[in-house]
Amino acid sequence: MPQIKTVVGRRSFLKSTAMAGGGMMLGFSWLASCQPLSEEEVLAMPDVWFDINSYLKIGDNGVVSILTPNPEFGQNIRTSMPMLIAEELDMDWQKIVVEQAPYHPEKYGFQFTGGSSGIRTRWESLRMVGATARYMLRQAAAQTWGVPLEEVSTDAGTLYHQASGKSAHYGEMASAAADIPVPEEVKLKEISEFKIVGKSHKNVDGKNIVTGKPMFGMDYKEEGMLIAMLEHPPAFGLTLKAVDDSAVRAMPGVVDVVTVRCYPESYEKASFDVNAFPETVAIVGRSTWEVMQAKKKLQVSWEPIVSRTEFVTNFGGVKEAVSIPAGLESTEGHRAAMEALAAKPGKVVRRDGNPEAAFKKAAKVIERTYSAPFLAHNCMEPLNAFAHVSGDKARIAAPIQIPAFVIPALSASLGVPAENISMELTRMGGGFGRKAYAHYVVEAALISQKVDAPVKLIYTREDDMTNGVYRPAYQATYRAALDENNNLIALHIKAGGVPESPLFANRFPAGAIDNYMAEEWKIDSNITIGAFRAPRSNFIAGAEQSFLDELAEEMGKDPIAFRLDLLKRAKENPVGETNEYEADRLIGVLELVRDKSGWGDKKGNRGVSAYFCHQTYAANVLDIRVEDGKPIVEKVYCAIDCGVVVNPDAARNMAEGAVTDGIGNALFGEMPFREGAPVKNNFHNYRMIRMNEAPKDIEVHFVENEVNPTGMGEPPFPPVFGALSNALYQATGKRHYHQPFLGEEQVIG
Amino acid sequence: MEFLCKNSFSSTYLPFNMATIDLHVNGKKHQVAVDPNTPLLWVLRDHIGLAGTKYGCGVAQCGACTVHLDGEAMRSCVLPVSAAADKKITTIEGLSEHGEHPVQKAWLEHDVAQCGYCQSGQIMQAAALLKNNANPTDEEIETAMQGNICRCGTYTRIKAAIKTAASLG
Ligand code: FES
Ligand code: FES
Repeated sequence: MPQIKTVVGRRSFLKSTAMAGGGMMLGFSWLASCQPLSEEEVLAMPDVWFDINSYLKIGDNGVVSILTPNPEFGQNIRTSMPMLIAEELDMDWQKIVVEQAPYHPEKYGFQFTGGSSGIRTRWESLRMVGATARYMLRQAAAQTWGVPLEEVSTDAGTLYHQASGKSAHYGEMASAAADIPVPEEVKLKEISEFKIVGKSHKNVDGKNIVTGKPMFGMDYKEEGMLIAMLEHPPAFGLTLKAVDDSAVRAMPGVVDVVTVRCYPESYEKASFDVNAFPETVAIVGRSTWEVMQAKKKLQVSWEPIVSRTEFVTNFGGVKEAVSIPAGLESTEGHRAAMEALAAKPGKVVRRDGNPEAAFKKAAKVIERTYSAPFLAHNCMEPLNAFAHVSGDKARIAAPIQIPAFVIPALSASLGVPAENISMELTRMGGGFGRKAYAHYVVEAALISQKVDAPVKLIYTREDDMTNGVYRPAYQATYRAALDENNNLIALHIKAGGVPESPLFANRFPAGAIDNYMAEEWKIDSNITIGAFRAPRSNFIAGAEQSFLDELAEEMGKDPIAFRLDLLKRAKENPVGETNEYEADRLIGVLELVRDKSGWGDKKGNRGVSAYFCHQTYAANVLDIRVEDGKPIVEKVYCAIDCGVVVNPDAARNMAEGAVTDGIGNALFGEMPFREGAPVKNNFHNYRMIRMNEAPKDIEVHFVENEVNPTGMGEPPFPPVFGALSNALYQATGKRHYHQPFLGEEQVIG
Repeated sequence: MEFLCKNSFSSTYLPFNMATIDLHVNGKKHQVAVDPNTPLLWVLRDHIGLAGTKYGCGVAQCGACTVHLDGEAMRSCVLPVSAAADKKITTIEGLSEHGEHPVQKAWLEHDVAQCGYCQSGQIMQAAALLKNNANPTDEEIETAMQGNICRCGTYTRIKAAIKTAASLG
């Protein structure tokens, strides 16, 4: 049985004061209950809550409240994280309520939603929380009953002493348990002992969602709160010059017009302090519609930015110089610049064997170039944040993926000490990476400080779509050398983008080919970019998996068999020592998807793809038909290896969503630029996948193993791009090298 | 429609003409004093305090703001509040008392939601569909639901839930 230390991060596991007092503070983050209780029933709960630790409160009636640490944006961790605690607590799931923990790094560690890292990083620590509480409850029972600790057992929220027949529910021992010292070590359950983890549990917020309860940042409201909206430059490469607010100030409901300047001169940026428009104009008023009307009338003039170099501390803590050129960029210009760089030697990031020699002696060389445009995140909930700054204190409530990362910018911009900033983490109406770049929180706080009132900043859809932090534009050229027997003897990848390269040089097919070279290049830009569901992988997977498909065809091999051959080589006799993936697990998902989809037996237009990212392995087989130039995805089979599957039905939901989202972005996703301006600004011109274009059926299968769980938010997304393009080729005879595969008016085939 | 045109016409002359408007929302009467051009969405959210109806695009392109007006699905983000006066408005909060509408029950059964932001609009659209067509085909479901975007990609579950709701009656 795994024995683990009771620490959170560097600190010892915090023990709270014994009694939380009567009743529970019901904040904005509604209580979510694990069974469909009516609100009255939920609220008619305990008279007294006992704080067992910072994550757990036990009511005198045996109801347990779990404070879940990481913010929720739809990946369902508000259910799966409490499941980990409840499992080790040995609790009846029906008697659990879930609350969202506020931002509090000392109590809750790194409250980070992104990188598919939630369950992976909390797997042991949250189980430890439950196991610790269970130990303390058992200890309390042992002392109360005067029996040895070893003889006290638990089941579903009740303590038992078999020999004497004594029993008590957790609520009855909670008061005594709160006084028990926190043990230095606890034992965790074996996977085979799990009762909750591994079984599907419904979303604890399901009822609140279907009944329209306020829970998103956009829904946040306080007495006396004003509404603010921003006007940002219409194009990248421009900044604020002057404001004429005379027409606006007199408009009904308008309270103030203020300029907002994020980040003081001396502030040293970190990699998530991305903001193309640090200087903007805010209109503050009494109601959303009045502010929207005033926004249309505001007169602002803009001027070109000057080129500059910023020093940004990256994720790894290293300071990097980032050059930001002046000028108004366009998609045409980007294309030309990418072509030019692709034709020159890049920076070699990996080289195995002697690729040059292999290409020289090749009987055949196949070369293909793939590209993809900038993408907007388009979370259905536009950016927004509530802030109330008064004196040297700031109170925030916002949809935010990584609260810790906005604190330095907030503190520096407001002149408020970091420890005086409190933050409530509302549910996010989607994040996909966008809400990791929380300049909107800084903006809201600055506005509140200037107007000295509680303020909710709302981005209109147009503001949200044209503000930046896009998925970069990418391009990759794959070259393969075949000998006279049609064997693959070398592979060369040269990839780059605006302004970052999509390359993962040490991922498959690196390790499977004797002569391999990977080069990269990048183009500076003033268009801001950031993480977008499976960064970089979301492009390179599609390019690589399309190329392998074409290669298999050229070599006369079955596409799955060809991939398996390469992976077998990588497993048995890998080339190089820095390969990042486990070939065995990639083989596992390919074999699973092959078997489940009846590959080889079933005919039709099908495409396959497999990819590894964020420590999870995923493969797809996609069946398509084309009707009147419209692609109809009839079925998608997914095979996934994410280790232990904590909440299977929720994990399936993530995979289904990722597949659908991927098909949508591959077919339609595109943010072009003209004269620095984003060409699309709302859903009438930015095409999103809709129900009639979604797959008719998606089947998700998991590899069964006992490996520690990894994430599900991103990994099922990248492979579908390749599966789709490969299936489209089968249906139409035409290969698709450039995303989006289907423009506004075009038809397929 | 005629009323809508008249209203927007008058707005060019009286852009901020405040008016007192009587609304019937979820069986309750409300009186609001607002510019009559204010979209119903913002009156619901800002003035009446019902935040279940969501803002997604403001231009009738995403369906997040869907409500029922005399039983028909409407995009409240482009519906001037004056056009909703004296009509029966139903929002997600009023679809049922405790979430027991067949569509809500089916949504829970299929555990449809991911982020959940689009779901009140999806549910209102689905409920209106089933009211007019108790047993829709796949194609009819797709046509009716085309105006509702879900970035999280929950469409397959939404479709399955609508079929379950149809069977629940
Ligand atoms: S907000 Fe009304 S349709 Fe998008
Ligand atoms: S559930 Fe997130 S947008 Fe639909």
